[in-house]
Amino acid sequence: MSVLVYVEHAEGKFKKSTFEVVSYAKAIAQQLNTNLVALAIGNLSAEQLSSLGTYGAQKVLHVNDAQLGTFNAQAYTSILSDAAQKEGATVVVLANSFSGKGLAPRLAVRLKAGLASGVVALPTIQGASLSVKRTAYSGKAFAHVKLSGAINVLALNANAYPVSEQPVNAEVVSLASSAKPTDFKTSVKEIVRASDKISLPEADLVVSAGRGMKGPENWHLIEELAESLGAATACSKPVSDAGWRPHEEHVGQTGISVSPNLYIAVGISGAIQHLAGVSSSKTIVVINKDPEAPFFKVADYGIVGDAMEVVPQLTAAMKAYSQNG
Amino acid sequence: MKILVCISNVPDTTTKITFNSDNTEFNASGVQFILNPYDEIALSKAIDLCEGGKGTITVIHVGEASTEPTIRKALAIGADDAVRIDAAPSDAYFVAYQIAAYAKDKNFDMILTGRESIDYNGAQVAAMLGEFLDLPSISIIKKLDLNGNKATLSREIEGGKEVVEVDGPFIASCAEGVAEWKIPNMRGIMSARTKPLEVLAAQSLETLSVVEKFETPTPRGAVKMVDAANVAKLVDLLHNEAKVI
Repeated sequence: MSVLVYVEHAEGKFKKSTFEVVSYAKAIAQQLNTNLVALAIGNLSAEQLSSLGTYGAQKVLHVNDAQLGTFNAQAYTSILSDAAQKEGATVVVLANSFSGKGLAPRLAVRLKAGLASGVVALPTIQGASLSVKRTAYSGKAFAHVKLSGAINVLALNANAYPVSEQPVNAEVVSLASSAKPTDFKTSVKEIVRASDKISLPEADLVVSAGRGMKGPENWHLIEELAESLGAATACSKPVSDAGWRPHEEHVGQTGISVSPNLYIAVGISGAIQHLAGVSSSKTIVVINKDPEAPFFKVADYGIVGDAMEVVPQLTAAMKAYSQNG
Repeated sequence: MKILVCISNVPDTTTKITFNSDNTEFNASGVQFILNPYDEIALSKAIDLCEGGKGTITVIHVGEASTEPTIRKALAIGADDAVRIDAAPSDAYFVAYQIAAYAKDKNFDMILTGRESIDYNGAQVAAMLGEFLDLPSISIIKKLDLNGNKATLSREIEGGKEVVEVDGPFIASCAEGVAEWKIPNMRGIMSARTKPLEVLAAQSLETLSVVEKFETPTPRGAVKMVDAANVAKLVDLLHNEAKVI
């Protein structure tokens, strides 16, 4: 028996969300009184691989060959399901990331496993089955799902479980790829990553703005505030619909759901669809010139004022704080 | 070209979500149900691809008879025919299994879904279909171009995008940006009533996931207001009280 965790990386480096899933999987392994095995695919240094021991992985399986440098849902499913069977895994943990969403459902079908995605808390073990809390209704509710597969797959949301260090010596084992030639029906032509931008779904701090900014020409104010905090930028649906900002910044029911430590909403009234996407943020700050804006009702802190004046002042105050702090 | 679009029936985005007294069931009373917005985007893309008689679009839905207005809406927007698998959609595994059973001998060139349903948010059906049908699946795409038998798709990744090429049949789940919304015109609405809608029985399947209960988020405490003339106070509160910076 074991718990298997799939560890995602971007160009050979693990991200915070990877350490979150390893920490989460470790806690499950402890609940089940068993070992934690991590599986990494692609180009990674020995040093990166053994760093997973910091978070409690006793064994790190590494699979790499020329075809596995980029994500391929079918090939990665073959490798993961093979490892899950060989390691006798009863639980497989992945990140509920963009790639995780392509991988976890295939894996669940291949392994005839129960699957819960969008998981936000540790499971409760009930004999052979487990019960786990996940988001539902686009952030407006949670569902407790009972999984009763002989093996179950959990896909954990970003920022839902804290990173926790539990150092052990990780044994790194290289494995041959168990992908089949017929798995390679897709090929990655290009990867575009905005290196200077913080990824929104995983961000700790988010500065988001709506139509109250009056136009895209005023967005530098939002970017400057985000920069002073080291935050990702986001926007409301009307703003992305109007083409002021790209769709991938749209937060809300039909966009991205975020759960940062701090969500600052500037000039967003707080329609129910927007609130759904941000309700699991730990702290919400609302800046709006309309004191009746519904967003204030679900905020922790509020400022009534004109964004064009308040935002630059807040940026200056943040800069002063970080220089003194 | 033959395209299959998978659609689901979900509470309208403005719905306030409530449950029955023991929190085991969604309270649907007074709730307006709609075609899942992401599925509508997938359907819009299929219509773009088939424009000028380049193909046919079938929509498939797993649900009970009460969901037929949503299926008619999809037909009004522009699907050619529809299939309803007559069963309550218990989980993504069940839904994907039913759709795969229907699609396996129909030779669709592509199967499109929305990125996720706005009620269950599993984002699972497309990739599960890929596995059941042994076809490539590309999840959460923002762009799709066809060039003969070759498709180029752009999928979202953290902090960027990945451009993927695929030969032959594939499955993709669609996000905003992949197409413009289509508004049904009067002719579409009229013809939707007479377009074919086939109802098929569901296949039985062992279930591996069950929702035991629902929960609504705990409400936040009262908002603390800060004077616009004293933003430094907000920085202080975020640091010393909320401890988030």
